[in-house]
Amino acid sequence: MTTAVGKHPATKPDGDPSLLTKLLDGIYAIFKSRFLRRRFVFYLVAAFAAITLNFIIPRLMPGDPVQLLFARFQGLLDPRAFEAIKEQFGFVQGPLFEQYLLYLRSIVTLDFGPSIMGFPIPVSQVIASSLRWTLILAGIASVMSFLVGTFLGVLAAWRRGGRIDTILLPIASVVGAFPYFFVALLAVYILGFQLDIFPTSHAYDTAIRQDWSSPEFLWSVVYHMILPLFTIVITGTGGWMLGMRNNMIGVLSQDYIVMAEAKGLSDRRIMLLYAARNAVLPSLTAFGMSFGFVIAGLLLTEIVFSYPGMGYTFLLAVNARDYPVMQGIYLMITVTVLLANFIADMSYVLLDPRAR
Amino acid sequence: MDGAMPHKTPMHRTWLRLPGWLRSILNNRKALAGILILTFFFIVALLAPWLSPTAPQRMLGRPHDPPSEKYLLGTTRQGQDVSAQMVYGAGGSLRVGFLTGTIVIAIAIAIGVTAGYVGGVTDEVLSLITNIFLTVGGLPLIIVVAALIEKPGPDTIILVLSITGWAWGARVLRSQTLALRNSEFVEAARVSGEPLWRIIAVEILPNMTSLVVSAWIGAVLYAILAQAALEFIGLGDPNSVTWGTILYWAQNNQALLTGAWWTFIPPGLAISAVGLALILINYGIDEITNPRLAKS
Repeated sequence: MTTAVGKHPATKPDGDPSLLTKLLDGIYAIFKSRFLRRRFVFYLVAAFAAITLNFIIPRLMPGDPVQLLFARFQGLLDPRAFEAIKEQFGFVQGPLFEQYLLYLRSIVTLDFGPSIMGFPIPVSQVIASSLRWTLILAGIASVMSFLVGTFLGVLAAWRRGGRIDTILLPIASVVGAFPYFFVALLAVYILGFQLDIFPTSHAYDTAIRQDWSSPEFLWSVVYHMILPLFTIVITGTGGWMLGMRNNMIGVLSQDYIVMAEAKGLSDRRIMLLYAARNAVLPSLTAFGMSFGFVIAGLLLTEIVFSYPGMGYTFLLAVNARDYPVMQGIYLMITVTVLLANFIADMSYVLLDPRAR
Repeated sequence: MDGAMPHKTPMHRTWLRLPGWLRSILNNRKALAGILILTFFFIVALLAPWLSPTAPQRMLGRPHDPPSEKYLLGTTRQGQDVSAQMVYGAGGSLRVGFLTGTIVIAIAIAIGVTAGYVGGVTDEVLSLITNIFLTVGGLPLIIVVAALIEKPGPDTIILVLSITGWAWGARVLRSQTLALRNSEFVEAARVSGEPLWRIIAVEILPNMTSLVVSAWIGAVLYAILAQAALEFIGLGDPNSVTWGTILYWAQNNQALLTGAWWTFIPPGLAISAVGLALILINYGIDEITNPRLAKS
């Protein structure tokens, strides 16, 4: 019972069920969970709503949508490209419903048509190359800020009035109020241009051949990632820290904590397995949502760093008024955010038996 | 914490509680600091024509002149006075922030409180719409919408941000309404035949003032940051003067590369300071309504 936290519980002697058994139980619970099934249906509806919004928005704009969308390209574009893009968005002759069906078919087949800025390269290809960078960056950044912030929040609540609570937390909160892109600008300016410690643009050294198995290339990728990652993590940590601290304070006054103390359990065990485990649940539900914010912040951070992810591509598309690419990116981001939410829901079911 | 919270007044007489409320806000250090910072920027915005007699867009100096006695914050690439732009930009940013925040909270109240109070199918539908906006809204959607509009000015940005930003507040207010719906004083009002609007406006809303205020402040913050972001990537009207457009021009004129820090640090700091002020006020409200969070 008194195994120290942090060691691998799977190696401990019999008695408690091993971690593996617990994990299998959890996975079973995920498949059986009514809660998750409901969430899944909701995410499907949400994805459908995003796709439909995508269809409606250009048509809600004042004036003739076709003119509005395409007037800019008249004369600039190959007439064939023009027709292809119009068709892609369902702007064909015929009733609205028919246009909608046509549009749905192209979305389901991931055929977003040709991009305007890189005609005739298809939108899906433009997005695919940038999606990878954003997902790596967003994934690492959101998990890192969550873990670091949550852990510091636990410590801040555990030692109320300690250094973490009174110094680090206010600093992290202040930095958290800064807009992402301003922190990014500062980081590029100070650490990149002035001190010349980190590269100021791109995701890897373009002089090196792009080869994911070569250590030199991998190092270059990591090196270019440090600064964007840093800006997101330092702006994102404060929120998690404060949230976790406040949840912990609520939990720490519960009777079962007093009971655990009375039983003489170790501080670390009470802090992590009794208090933090329960206090983290609200944060976990917020995690899925925060992924959306991280991606939104990343869009701007990438622009500052000329990082070739979706944000940067988004900017290029905005400047070129490349609507097909913008819509494609919007849909990709939405699907990613919905997926992240679903993953957060699953871990919620794993951690909270009441949700099973 | 500091006896300013009148616990003993009957729940439904909250109108009269407001002065005490204000007192407890001013007694809270965080909230007070936030209010002072905000007041400073409001005064700057209101006094802009007197503080800075030169028009913000006039090109008077040499390009990228560093800060000097003549131009306190230097000049832009176009030779415009950055300090004049900062002073005039305050109004542009605060106006969009507070107007949007107010519209957002009005929509959030209408949808959130209705969903929570009426319940049933209405609630199901409204909650579904709220949750959808919560997950598919956000900056990417705002960018897609803004990109369709040719040079959206501040008013258009207010409109776009209001339509996309109300979901979070609606969700928070809905769950609070759910909690209040079955309380005795609401029950009593219902039984005595008060009309729906009166129950919502007189019985329910005053009892979640702190929540409404903090959601409103959150919405203002969202609007200020989103406006800055939109303008920064060039989706605003580049000829309007706001902190966001100053940043846009700084980025466009390679201020980072040329080391013209005075063109991007002041607007960035100003946005951050306003953001910080709003967050501080919300922390303060949090501590007042949940005294356990304040220092023990």
